[in-house]
Amino acid sequence: MNVAAPTLRRQLSTPQAPPSPFPYNSGSLLSVFDLSIEALGRLLERATELEKADPLVRDHILAKRRVALLFYESSTRTRTSFELAAKSLGADTTLVSSLSSSIEKGESLKDTGLTLRALGAEAIILRHNSSGSAWLLERETGLPVINAGDGMHEHPTQALLDLRTILAHLRPGVTKVDEHTLDGVTVTIVGDIMHSRVARSNMFLLPRLGAKVILCGPKELLPELAAGAGPGIEIERSFETALRRAQVVMMLRIQAERLAGLQLDLDEYKEDYQLTGPRLAAFAPQSVVLHPGPIIRGLEITAGVADGFQSAILEQVTNGVAIRMAVVERALTQARKEGRA
Amino acid sequence: MSTLVIRGGHLLDPAAGVDAPKDLLLKDGRVAEIAAPGKLKPPSGSDVIDASGLTVTPGLVDIHVHLREPGFGHKETIVSGTSCAAAGGFTSVAAMPNTKPVNDNVETTRWMQSPDRDAQVRVFPIAAATRGSKGELINDYAALKSAGAIAVSDDGLPILKESVMREVLTSAARVGLCVIQHAEDTRMTVGGSMNLGPASFGLGLRGMPAVAESSLVERDIRLVGELRDARVHLHVAHISTAAALAAVRQARRNGMRVTCEVAPHHFLLTDEHVGFYNTNAKMCPPLRSAADRDAMIEGLLDGVVDAIATDHAPHAQHEKEVEFENAPNGILGLETALGLSLHWLHKEWKLPLGRVLSLLSAQPAALLGMKGRGTLAVGSYADVLVFDSKAEWTYDVHQTRSKSKNTPFDGWPMLGKVRWTISEGRIAYTNPAS
Repeated sequence: MNVAAPTLRRQLSTPQAPPSPFPYNSGSLLSVFDLSIEALGRLLERATELEKADPLVRDHILAKRRVALLFYESSTRTRTSFELAAKSLGADTTLVSSLSSSIEKGESLKDTGLTLRALGAEAIILRHNSSGSAWLLERETGLPVINAGDGMHEHPTQALLDLRTILAHLRPGVTKVDEHTLDGVTVTIVGDIMHSRVARSNMFLLPRLGAKVILCGPKELLPELAAGAGPGIEIERSFETALRRAQVVMMLRIQAERLAGLQLDLDEYKEDYQLTGPRLAAFAPQSVVLHPGPIIRGLEITAGVADGFQSAILEQVTNGVAIRMAVVERALTQARKEGRA
Repeated sequence: MSTLVIRGGHLLDPAAGVDAPKDLLLKDGRVAEIAAPGKLKPPSGSDVIDASGLTVTPGLVDIHVHLREPGFGHKETIVSGTSCAAAGGFTSVAAMPNTKPVNDNVETTRWMQSPDRDAQVRVFPIAAATRGSKGELINDYAALKSAGAIAVSDDGLPILKESVMREVLTSAARVGLCVIQHAEDTRMTVGGSMNLGPASFGLGLRGMPAVAESSLVERDIRLVGELRDARVHLHVAHISTAAALAAVRQARRNGMRVTCEVAPHHFLLTDEHVGFYNTNAKMCPPLRSAADRDAMIEGLLDGVVDAIATDHAPHAQHEKEVEFENAPNGILGLETALGLSLHWLHKEWKLPLGRVLSLLSAQPAALLGMKGRGTLAVGSYADVLVFDSKAEWTYDVHQTRSKSKNTPFDGWPMLGKVRWTISEGRIAYTNPAS
C-alpha cells in the first residue's frame, strides 16, 4: 500500500522539543557542536601555541591536576595522544579500561564516573561503545567530559585534528577561522559511514566552516537519510565522481566482518571503493588523503597510497597531540575562567 | 449500604448523551439515580461531594497499562499503579501480561484480581495470547476469560508467525475476546532503540523503521479479511505510524472489526524529543517522525483512532540511568493522560470536551466490552471522575504515586485537575481545591 504520510490539514501548534541542557560543564567537549566558531578558532590557536611551547614551561600549566582516561574500547592513537597531551601539560593521568576494572563485574557507567570523581578526577576522557555515553557520564558526574568516541556517534577531537590537517594543507598560514574559511573545499568521506563516529563529527563540523561534504559508499554502509544529517552534505555513490570533486579524501576503516555480516562481497567492495594509486592519480591527483587510523593496508587503502606523498595520515596523528593538549587544557580551565570553579 | 451524593456538578456522559447539570446518587457501588440539580432525595447518612463548578464524568478507562506485578515490583506494584490510575482519573485499567511469570495462566489472572492486591481501582487482566508470549502455542482462552481476562495480547512482543496469528484470531473470536497486537516486525528492528530517521542517524543509534509497524498491521488485516468471521476483533496497540493508521482506516471501510489506540506521547512528541539520549523518551514503538505524529493527531480529530491508552510502563530510576541503547522501553502515563489530552486536543486543537473524554472512557470501555463502565447511566458501576475542566496546572513528577519517575512530561502544562476519583462507589482519590 503506497501511503504518503499526510501533513496536518489545518495549522496546528504542536509541542516543540525542549532546548538541550548540555553541556552541563563548560569545559566539556562532547560534540563538535559544543564549540562556537570563535571557540574553535581559539582552540586551534592554542594548539599551535602549546605545540611550540617549551616543554619545561608547558608542564606547569596543569601541574598536578588529575585527569582520568576511561576507555571501554581499545585504542592506540586516541588514548596515547590524550595521555601524552595531558602529561605534557603536567597533569597526573590514570587509565581505567573496562578489561581490568570493576566494569567487568557489572559496575555501571554512572557509578564508575562517580568513583573517578571521588578519587579526585577533575575531568574524564571517555571512549565507550554506546552512542550517547559521554552525555550520560557528564550529566551524572557534572565533571568536564571529553568525548574520545561514543559508539557510532561522535569523535570530536578527531574532527578537530582532521581540520587542523586540512587547514595546514589547504589554508597554510591562515590563523583565524570563520564560516567561510573552507569555502570551495570539498571533503569526500568514503567507507562505512553508517557506523563511523569520525564521519559524523567531520560531516557536522566541516560545513560550519564553509566546506562541502560528500559521503561515498554502498547503500548498506551509507543510507540515503545520511544526506539529511546536516547542511552541506550530499551522497555520491560513484567513487570516481566523489574523488574528482574532492580536495580532501578521507578514507574510513572497513571491517571485513561487517561486510560479511551485510552480505557484501569484499572483492567487489574493493573494486568499487578501494583507494589505489592509479585511482588517486587519475581522479584526485592534487588532493590530501586522510585516514583516522588504524588503516588496514590492502583493504580500504593500498600501502602505496597510505605511504605516498599525498597521504597526511601520520601528520594527523601528530596534530592529534597538539589538539588534545588544547582540549584538555580547556577542560580543566574553562570553568575557572568563567569564575565557576 | 453506602451511599454517596455528587451534587452541583455538570454531568458529561458521552456514551449516554448527557451534557447538563445533574446530581447523582451512588449506592452499593452503582449509579442509583440521576436527577436535575437539587431534586435528589438522598438517604440519611449519605456522604456528599460538592461538585460545584466541576465536571462529573464516567471514570476514565485505560486499556493499556503495565502494572508490573507479579514479578517486577521494584518498578511498580498493583497498589502503586492503581494509585496512579486513580490520581489520573482512571477507574478501570487493563493490565498487560508481560509480568514474571507471564500472565498466560488462570492462576496469575486470578492473582492479579484478588482483593489482597489492594488495587485502588478495577483491574482487568489481559492474558497472554501465546504460552509465555513466545508466539508459538495458543493459550486456553475460554479458561482465561472465565478467570477474568478481558482480552489477549503478547504485548511487548508481536505475534509474528502467520499461522499462529491466524489461530489466535480464530480462537479468541470463538470466546468473544479481542486480540491486541503489539505490531512490530522484530526482524526489522534488531538493535534499534529509536525511530529510523535523520534523528537516529545523527545520534548514531540504530533505528526501527516505520514499516516494521505498518507491514505487520497490514499482514494482520489481511488475515482478518481472509478469516471472514464477524466475531474476529483485531485491536492495534499503541499505533504510531501514518501507514498503519491508513491500513486501519481502510480495513474499517471494508467492514472489518479492526480498532486501534494511541498513546499521548505518540500524538504529542516526535523523535526529536529524544534530544541527547533522553531515556525518558525511549519506548516501543518509538517516538516517530513529525509526519507520523501529525497523522496520529489527524486520526484523533477525524475519529479513526478509537481510544487513547497510555501504555503506562514504569521502570526504576537506575534502570533508565544507563546508555540509551541499553535502557528499557517505556514511560509513565496514567497521571498525565487527562491533563495532556485536555490541554492539547481540547484547548489547542479544539476537539470538544465530550469527544476527548469519550476517547478516554466510553470508547475504550466499549472496545473491550467492559459492561457498565465508561458510562454513568443508571445501573452502571459507580465509577466517577469529578474534575475541574478549567484548572491549569504543571506536572511535577516528584509528586507521582508511581514507584518510578520515567516521564518526558515533567514540567509540562496540564489542563483539567482531578478532584475526586470514585471507583465502584468508593473514593479512590481526592484532591479538593484548597
